[in-house]
This record gives sequence, C-alpha cells and structure tokens, in this order.
Amino acid sequence: MIPTEWVLALSAVLFTIGVVGVLVRRNALVIFMSIELMLNAANLAFVAFARQQQSLDGQIFVFFVMTVAAAEVAVGLAIIVNLFRLRETVFVDEINLLKG
Amino acid sequence: MNLPMLWIIPALPLAAVALNMLFGDRLGKKGTAFLACGAVGLAFAFAVRAVLTLAGRSEEERQIVETAWTWFRVGDFSVDVSFLLDPLSAIMVLVVTGVGFLIHVYSTGYMAEDPSFRRFFLYLNLFMFAMLTLVLADNYLLMFVGWEGVGLCSYLLIGFWYEKQSATDAGKKAFIVNRIGDFGFLLGVMFLIAWTGSVNFERVFASAPHLFTAGGSIITIATLLMFLGATGKSAQIPLYVWLPDAMEGPTPVSALIHAATMVTAGVYMVVRSHVLFEMAPVTLEVIAIVGAATALMAATIGLVQNDIKRVLAYSTVSQLGYMFFACGVGAFGAGIFHVMTHAFFKALLFLGAGSVIYGMHHEQDMRKMGGLATKMPVTHATMLIATIAIAGIPPFAGFWSKDEILAKAFATGHYGIFAAGLLGAVMTAFYMFRLYVLTFQGKARFDESGGHAHAHAHAADAHGAHAHDAHGHAAAHDDHGHDHGHGGPVKESPWNMTVPLSVLAVLSVIGGWVGIGKPFIEGESWMGRWLEPVLGSGPHVHHLAVSTEFGLMGLSVAIAAFGIFMAFRAYLQQPSIATAMHERFGGVHRALYNKYWVDEFYDAIAVNPIYQASMRLWRFWDEKVVDGTVNGVGYFLEGVSALLRLFQTGYVGTYALFIALGVLALFLHFLRS
Amino acid sequence: MAQLPWLSLLVFFPLAAAILVAIMPANAHKPIRWWATIAALAEFVFSLPLWWRVIPGQAGFQFEEKLDWIPVLGAQYHLGVDGVSGLLALLTTFTTLIAIIGAWTSVEKRSREFFALVLALEAGMLGTFFCLDLLLFYVFWEAMLIPMYLLIGVWGGQRRVYAAVKFFLYTMAGSVLMLVAILSLWFLQKQYSGIPTFDLQAFYQLPLAPSRQLWMFLAFAFAFAIKVPMFPLHTWLPDAHVEAPTAGSVILAAVLLKMGTYGFLRFAMPLFPNALEVCAPYIAWLAIIGIVYGALVAMVQPDMKKLVAYSSVSHMGFVVLGLMAMNSQGFAGSMMTMLNHGVSTGALFLLVGVIYERRHTRKIADFGGLWTVIPVYSVIFLVVMLSSVGLPGTNGFIGEFLVLLGAFKHSVWWAVVAATGVILSACYMLWMFQRVVFGPVTHEENRKLTDLSFRERLVFAPLLVLIFWMGVAPQPFLDRMQPALDRVLQMTNDRAQMMAQADATATAPLASRLPAAPAAVSVPAEQGGAR
Repeated sequence: MIPTEWVLALSAVLFTIGVVGVLVRRNALVIFMSIELMLNAANLAFVAFARQQQSLDGQIFVFFVMTVAAAEVAVGLAIIVNLFRLRETVFVDEINLLKG
Repeated sequence: MNLPMLWIIPALPLAAVALNMLFGDRLGKKGTAFLACGAVGLAFAFAVRAVLTLAGRSEEERQIVETAWTWFRVGDFSVDVSFLLDPLSAIMVLVVTGVGFLIHVYSTGYMAEDPSFRRFFLYLNLFMFAMLTLVLADNYLLMFVGWEGVGLCSYLLIGFWYEKQSATDAGKKAFIVNRIGDFGFLLGVMFLIAWTGSVNFERVFASAPHLFTAGGSIITIATLLMFLGATGKSAQIPLYVWLPDAMEGPTPVSALIHAATMVTAGVYMVVRSHVLFEMAPVTLEVIAIVGAATALMAATIGLVQNDIKRVLAYSTVSQLGYMFFACGVGAFGAGIFHVMTHAFFKALLFLGAGSVIYGMHHEQDMRKMGGLATKMPVTHATMLIATIAIAGIPPFAGFWSKDEILAKAFATGHYGIFAAGLLGAVMTAFYMFRLYVLTFQGKARFDESGGHAHAHAHAADAHGAHAHDAHGHAAAHDDHGHDHGHGGPVKESPWNMTVPLSVLAVLSVIGGWVGIGKPFIEGESWMGRWLEPVLGSGPHVHHLAVSTEFGLMGLSVAIAAFGIFMAFRAYLQQPSIATAMHERFGGVHRALYNKYWVDEFYDAIAVNPIYQASMRLWRFWDEKVVDGTVNGVGYFLEGVSALLRLFQTGYVGTYALFIALGVLALFLHFLRS
Repeated sequence: MAQLPWLSLLVFFPLAAAILVAIMPANAHKPIRWWATIAALAEFVFSLPLWWRVIPGQAGFQFEEKLDWIPVLGAQYHLGVDGVSGLLALLTTFTTLIAIIGAWTSVEKRSREFFALVLALEAGMLGTFFCLDLLLFYVFWEAMLIPMYLLIGVWGGQRRVYAAVKFFLYTMAGSVLMLVAILSLWFLQKQYSGIPTFDLQAFYQLPLAPSRQLWMFLAFAFAFAIKVPMFPLHTWLPDAHVEAPTAGSVILAAVLLKMGTYGFLRFAMPLFPNALEVCAPYIAWLAIIGIVYGALVAMVQPDMKKLVAYSSVSHMGFVVLGLMAMNSQGFAGSMMTMLNHGVSTGALFLLVGVIYERRHTRKIADFGGLWTVIPVYSVIFLVVMLSSVGLPGTNGFIGEFLVLLGAFKHSVWWAVVAATGVILSACYMLWMFQRVVFGPVTHEENRKLTDLSFRERLVFAPLLVLIFWMGVAPQPFLDRMQPALDRVLQMTNDRAQMMAQADATATAPLASRLPAAPAAVSVPAEQGGAR
C-alpha cells in the first residue's frame, strides 16, 4: 500500500503548483485552472486521510468540495466570459477596477 | 369687596394694547386715541382711588399688598406676581399715570398726522404697563420685568421712525446700554437672593440687617451692582450716553420716557432699597459722587448744544444727577421729591419743545427759531413757567426740591457735593434761559411766511460756526418724510396739545408746595410725613439753624438769578458776549460741543475692540483653529488612507500574493510554536 | 384602562406613518403633505396626555413597558416616562408638527421621502427620550442620526454633503466612545450582581469606584457634549444648520440638541457622580466660554442662519451651566432653557426659513426695511427675538434667570461671567433685527415680498402663545419637571456620597493590608527605636 505520506507529498506538490500558478500566470483561465488544482490537492489529502483513518468523513468532504468547485467554475467562467466581452482580454494585470 | 384693585392699574394699559392690536385697524385714529387715552385715564382714576384708600389708613397700616399669582417657584425660592402700594409707590404711580395721561392726550395732537399713529399708541400703552409694573411691583424680580419692559418700549419708541438709521441706532444703543445696567441689577438681586433667600421687598429689608454686616463687602458689592443698574436706567456716568441719542424718538416719548418716568426708575429703585443702601456707606458715597459728577458734567454739555431737545436731554441727565446725589447723602425723600417735581416741569419742557417743533414744522435747531413768544402764546407762557421752575426760583416747584437736596447735602457735611450742586444750579439756570431766549425772545430767525427756517442767525449763533460735528443736525430732526403742511405759517398748537401744557404748568408751580418744610412750617413737610412709613424718620435728621436754612435758600436763589441774568445778557442784549466767550475758550467749547468725546471714547475702547475681536474669533479661532482641528482630523485620516490605498493595486495577482504571504506567515508561526 | 402600550404607540406610530407616506405615489405632493400633517397632528394629540397623565409628584418612571429583547445580553425593550422626558417628548411632537406644516411649500423635490424621513426622525427622538435601557438608548440615539443625515444631505443647501457628513461623523465619533462605556458598565454590572442587564434603573444601583468612573463619565460626556454642542466641539452645528432645510434646522435646534443635555441629566450625571464632581468645574467653564463665545461670534455673522446657530451655542451653554450648578434652581433653569430654546430658536429658524423661501438668500445684507413690506412677519420676528434675548415676561427670561441663580449659588464668578451673555445676546439679536427689519427698503426685490400666509400664521401662533405662557406663568411647566429633577439631584448626591464612602472603606483595609511598601518608607525610625 502506498504510505499516506507519499500521497500527502503529492498533494502538497500539486497545491504548490496551484499557488505558483495563481501567482505567476496572467491569464484568468489559467489562474482558474490553478485554483482547481489547489482544490484537488486538498481533495487528495482528504481522501488520503480518510483511508488512513478508515473513516468516510473525508470522502464526504471531497464531495462537498467538488460541488463547491463546480459552482465556482460556473460562476467564475461566467465572470470571465463577461469580462472578455467587455474588455476583450482575460489578462488580469490589465484589469484593476478595484484599485484604491 | 372694597379692594383697591392694584393689579388693574397696569392691566388697563395692557388691555388697551391687546385691543389695539386686535381691533386697531377697525377703530380708526379717533378710536385708537380714545382707547389709549381712556385706558391710561382710567388707570389714573384707579390709582387715585387706591391712593385715597391708602391715605385713609393710619400711618402704620399704609401698605397694600395684592398677590395675583405665583410667578414661579423652584426649590425653596419663589416669586409672586404681587403688587405693593405704599406711600412711595403711591407718589410714583400718581406721577406715572397722571403725567402719562397728559402726554397721551398731547400725543393725539402731536402724532395726528403720522401714518403709524396706531403703532405709536400701542407702544405708548405698553410702556405704561411696564412702568406701572415697575413701580407697583412687590419684589425685585417683578420690578425687573417692568425694568426691562420699559427698556424695551424705550427701544421701540426711540426707533419709532424705523426707516431712519440714526433712530434705530439710538434705540439699539439705549437697549444695549440699559442691558449693561440690567446685568448689574440682576447680579445685585442674586446677591440678595443668595443671602436672604427672597426677592420680596418686605422680607429682604426685614432680614437684611441680620444677614449682612453693615458696611461689609457683600452688601457693598450688592448695592454697587444695583446702582450699576440704576446708572443704566437713569442715565448716570458711565452709562448716560444713550439718553441724549434717545431724542431721536418722537417728542412726547422724550417727555414721557426720557424725562418724566422711565429715567427716574433708577432713583425709585435706590430709594425703594434705601434699607440696603444705608447699610453700605461706601456705595452711598459712590452714588453721591457719581450723581454730583453727572449733574455737573451734563450741565456743562447742556450749555452749548443747539438742538432744543438735546439741551433738554442733558438737562435731564443733570437733574437725575441731583436726585442721585440726594440719595447718596441719605436724603432719599428729597430725591423722590425731586423726581416728582422734575416729572412736572421736565415733561412740560419737552412737551413745550414738542409744541415748538410742531409749530416750526419739525425744526429743532434753536438757532433757527426766535421770537416765538407772540406766535405761540400758550406754549410760551407754559414753557416760561417750566423754565423758571427748573432754574429754581421760588415758589415754583423746582426750587423746593432742589433746595431741599442742596440743604441736605450741606447739612450732612458733603460740602464738595454741595458746591458742585450749586455750580450745577447756576449752569442750569443759564442754559435753560439760553434755550428760552433763543426760542421765544429776540427776532425771528426764520422765514415768517412759512417754509423752512434759513440758517444764519449770526448773533445767537456763535456756536454754529462749529458745525463740523459728526452728528449733524439734519439727522437729529424729527422729520419723518410726510410732513404736514411744510410751509404753513408758525402758529399755536391745537387744544389737545395746549391743555396738557397748561395742566403741567399749574403743577410746575404748585407741585412743589407739598414739600415745603422748615423753616416755613413747624416739623416735617407734608411730603416728608407722607413718606415716613417707608423711609422712616431716618437717621439723617440734621437740624440746621433757621438762619442757615434761609441763608442757603437765599444763596441758591441768588445763584439762579445770576444764571438767568447772564443768559439774558449773553443771548438777548449783548450777543457779542457769547461770541467772545466762545472765541476765548475755543478748546473748552469744542470739548463741550462734542460732549467730551465720550461716545468716541467708548467706541474706541469697547465697541470697536469687541467687534474686531469677535471678527477675529470667528474668522481665525473658530474657522481656522477649532474647525480646522476637526477638519484636520479628517485630513489626517485621509492621508493615512491615501497611504493604505497604495496596497490596493486592483490586480488580482497582488492580492493573491498577499494571501499567499499571509498563509506562509501563519504556517511559519505555527511551525515555530 | 388596561395597559395600552401607550409609549410604544407614541414611538412607533410616526414610524408607521413614515412607511405609509413612503409608499405613496411619488408625485402626489398634496396628499403626501396632507397625510404627513395629519399623522404629525395625530401624534401630537396622542402625546398631549403626557401633560396631565404623567403625575409630577410620583416618584420614578411611569407607563413603564418592559419586554425581553436580547435575553442573552439582558437587553430589554424598556420604556418609561417622567416629568423631564415627558416635557421633552411633548416638545418633540409639537416641533415636528410645526416643522412639517412649515415645510409645506418649501420642499418641492422628493417631498414624499422628505416627510417620511421627518416622521421617522420623530420616532427616533421619542424613542431616545422614553427608553430606559442603555442598549436601546444607543440604538435610538444612532437611529436618529440617519434621517437627519439624509435631510441635510439631500434637501440641504450648497455644501450639504459636507455638512451632512460632518454632522454624522462628528456625532458618531462621540457615540462610539459612549458605546464602549456602556459595554464596560454592562461588564461591571455582571461582575457586581451576576445578572447581565442594560437596564438603566439597575445601573442606578450599581456602585462604581470613583477612580473607575472618570473615563466612563468622560466617554458619555464627550458624546453628549458633541450633541449639545459645547465649545469647542460645536463647529458641526453652524455648518449643519446653515445647510439643513428649514424643517431640519428647526428639529435639529429644538430637539436634537436637547438630547445632549438630556443625556447628561439622565445618564452621565447620576451614573458617575464622583467623576462629575471632579469634572463639573471644567465643564461649567467650557459652558460659560460657550455662552460668551457663541454670542461674540454670532455678532459678526453675515448669514442669519449662522447667527442663530451660534446663538444656539450660547443658549445651550446656559443649559449645561445650569446642570453643572447642581442645585434645584440650576436644574430647573436648565430644563426651562431647553424648552425655551426649542420654542424660540425653532421659531427663529422658521422665520429665517420664511424669507429664505421667498428670496432664496439668508444674508443679512440682502434685507432691510422689512417692517414696511411685511409688518406681520416683522412683529412676530420682534417677539421671538425678544424671547431669545430673554426679556422678562417671555419664556427666555425664566430659564436664563434660574440658570444664573443656580450658577450664582454655586460660584459667584460663574454667574458674573455668564451674565455677560445677557448683554451680548441683546447686541447680536438687536443688531441683526435692525439690519433686517428696520431702515428703508434697500433692495428692490424685497418690495415684492408677501407677508405671512394663513398657514404660516398658523405655525407661529402656537409658538407665540408658548413664548408668553412660559414667560408669564411657567409654574405648570416647573411643577411637572421639578420632582423628576429633584430625584436626579438627590440620586446624584446620594450616589456620590455612597461611593465615596465605599471607596474610602474599600481602600482603607487595602492600605492596611499592604503595610510593606508605605510602612517601610514612613516608619523605619520608629521601628528602629522599638528594637
């Protein structure tokens, strides 16, 4: 059996990739995908722990996260589509409406 | 019930005010006049009835108190609206209603053609209400109601012709200067309340001797403050400045308010509080000195004024000074006696002057009068009587009261004040006869066929050369834009003006006889005995030898005669004397003519600095410092947030970076612990 | 009658009316103002029994209503009324009615929202006067701000936004501090009695160490002093008044300012009496400075509304001075001055509003000679001015005199300096009156001014009646307020004494339990000698 540590390490790597992706990429869609990556890294950790603990709780949480992620994708993509319609761009460093 | 019904005396004029206000526009001039005069006449009748009731009682019981309602009661302190009639207020109430009634009647003639006829009587009745409240009040606070009330009416009546800047200025000045006095009065009363717990006359006077140490600092401060109130109301140094300006008002107002009644309120208050003042010898000394100084100073100014009303105004200030120094030397009865006689002859003088002004179509400059004796016989005769009365020739009213004051000053050893009084008397005789001569004697210095007088009466007008005054006469006139028959010949005034003149003339002759005492009759004078229940026989009964009494009388008559003689000589027979005097003493004359520049002095030390300071207080302190601090807090926060907003780039990446850094920081924190 | 929740009805009826007005069609100006007037009139009539049903002599609060609001915190919906709040509530309903009738024609844009907000404001004000629960008080206190903020900000003059924001933030800054103090009171109460509660009457029983009172008192006092407003926290007032619409100014002057002094009387003074003793002289001198300062600055104002605003600073100084005198005359005078100021200054703002509506200017220099053109207006102006100056026989005198008397009994100098305000008030008022009403007509536009309409006369008539009534026979008013005021005075003094004693006994054993430090310093020689 694969030790839990290995799975967690994979999860951490995935999560870090997600974080770096969010921080360094300019394309909103890619950032979005990076976020998904982070979420799934968390899911992986959940599953790993669930198996280790022999408990279903973690798996249930994964379902929650997936649901939320799906909703998020729907809303997020809608925003991005609208943004593209308005601004003709999906690069986040060209959009600073919230600048103080 | 056979109650004297004191409350009705002030209530009547007040009712007239209310009726006039509500229905005045439907009454017409006649109705208004009838209403106003009727109310005051009726008040006079009630006053007479009440005084007769009072006189019918034995001496110990000569005091009627009527309480209408409790005005207010807070904690252990309460004030009633209650009225008091005793011999002292009896004299005042008779003078106020009597002279007031005559002046009301006179006004129906004088103001006949004024478009604001109704408003005039409204104010005049309101004044009667306030004045009667003042004299009939049973406590200091109700007295203060009347006190401020007369101040208000004075304000309204001085500024009666409100379109004239000078008139409204004068009214405002009168009110504010009076308020300075009221400030003192109010604080004085507070001292009384704090120590005696009451404002009721009887209770204050009864408990004062136990609560204050005679001559102590508390009673001295309290009485000095009250005297400050009196100087405001009765136009004494340092607050006399409003009275000459008050001549901007219609002449009947000057007669009623600024000669006969309101200005004597201060004297009345001091006499009323004689118990307190007698306990404060320092205050009495101050009063005597202030009174004498005012009497002298105003008389000197009166010597050179050319406006007929201004001469009378300064004369009033001067006479009020006499009343005060009478009080100051402890002769309270003599002070009140002079209040009474002065009310008769000074009202008469003002009304006479009004009659002249009316006859001359609103000309007030004496240099443009002259020779009116034949044209206005009744006015002339009555004015002459009043002039003699004020000059102090027996047996006219003024002689008796003035002589009593001087005698009392002499008897109590105030020789300096006595001398000042004599000096004032000679000047009084001089300037009054100067007025008389310039107005009634000599040649007419105006166009007799009518029209305005032309101004070049060279002879009498030595002083006119100095018409560089800031207070030009044009502004001082009674003109109100809608003159009646500007240009008719000079003629006698109608009956409703001459009858009051005649009545007052009679009073100016016989009014002083009630005060004839030693050496002509045994014991106290009738007046003295009448006032005894209020004033007590007094500790000041100094017995002068009969020969001294006669000597003093002779002296004052001689002095008055000298003044009269000089006036005739300088202004009728040899006008060159006046011119020569004026040229010799040019500086003095300028000082007198400009009233010692007191107004300018006050402007320079009080009015302007306060104005400037307020301006600076507003523009600099309030807007820049106080509000600046408030806005400064705002700006400071704005600055801080301007710094903070630099972090808000609006780029999603930056936010994400901050989040990541935050997570990292938390991670490290937990790792360490 | 069986416990009709009268006070609640009084508070919430205007709110309901406001909601009803707010959902009327927007451009139905006439029905809107009619309904608003009727609602205000009904409210006033409904509040009239406060005059006779609140029994003056009865101790404590009457018509109390108590419901649980947030049980966990012990916050209650607790209303009650006594002589003081009863009179102020009457003043509120009266002023609101007057202000609404006065604003009939002057508000053209968004009249629906305007009247709804005025009615909502009335609800807030009444709630503030009636509530006996500190948390509820805080809620009403803040709720009151919102309608006023909008009234100034939407219907105001040129710098309305600045004025509204300043008003809002300034008042807020003070009340936030008060909230902190309220919370700390709550904690102390819980510590002391074990029961969490915001009930005012419970706090009245709560002993507080004098050392602890100070900062809580200051927090309360700061909030109230801003509202009064006391020098030097007054600068929001001229701005707010100048920019506010007439009805807003009237309500602001007549009622909102009274909240501050009412707060002192109801909360700050009886709750923290020992701190009060320490601070009273300073507060009194600030009040006196305010009296003189307000009058001086009022004198040089070119704008009539600003002049009246600064005169408010001066008058409210009298109110605070009376409170700080801590005697029955001072209290009664202070309370009378609150009512007087409501009537007179309210009337003054209405008068300025009348000519502002006709000429769209408030500059004194733009007027002159009004007596010739509009005599009725001028006469009313004269009477109101005299009342504001404090002429005996009008209401102004009674209040000022009693305050001065109370101050005099406390300290002669207070009275001496404060009494100069009497002179100065005559200066600024008379001067303004002279320039506006007397003289010849200097501006041709003024010749066409129309005199007061029937509606406007209807507005001023009751004000004039009150001016004379309260001046000539003020006893009915004094009778109603005095028992309540005496109770506050009594309670303040009792609590001060009790807590000072408690503090003395509490610190004495404390000192004896800690002999080490002081003894070591003070008695070594003796100890040495004993050995």
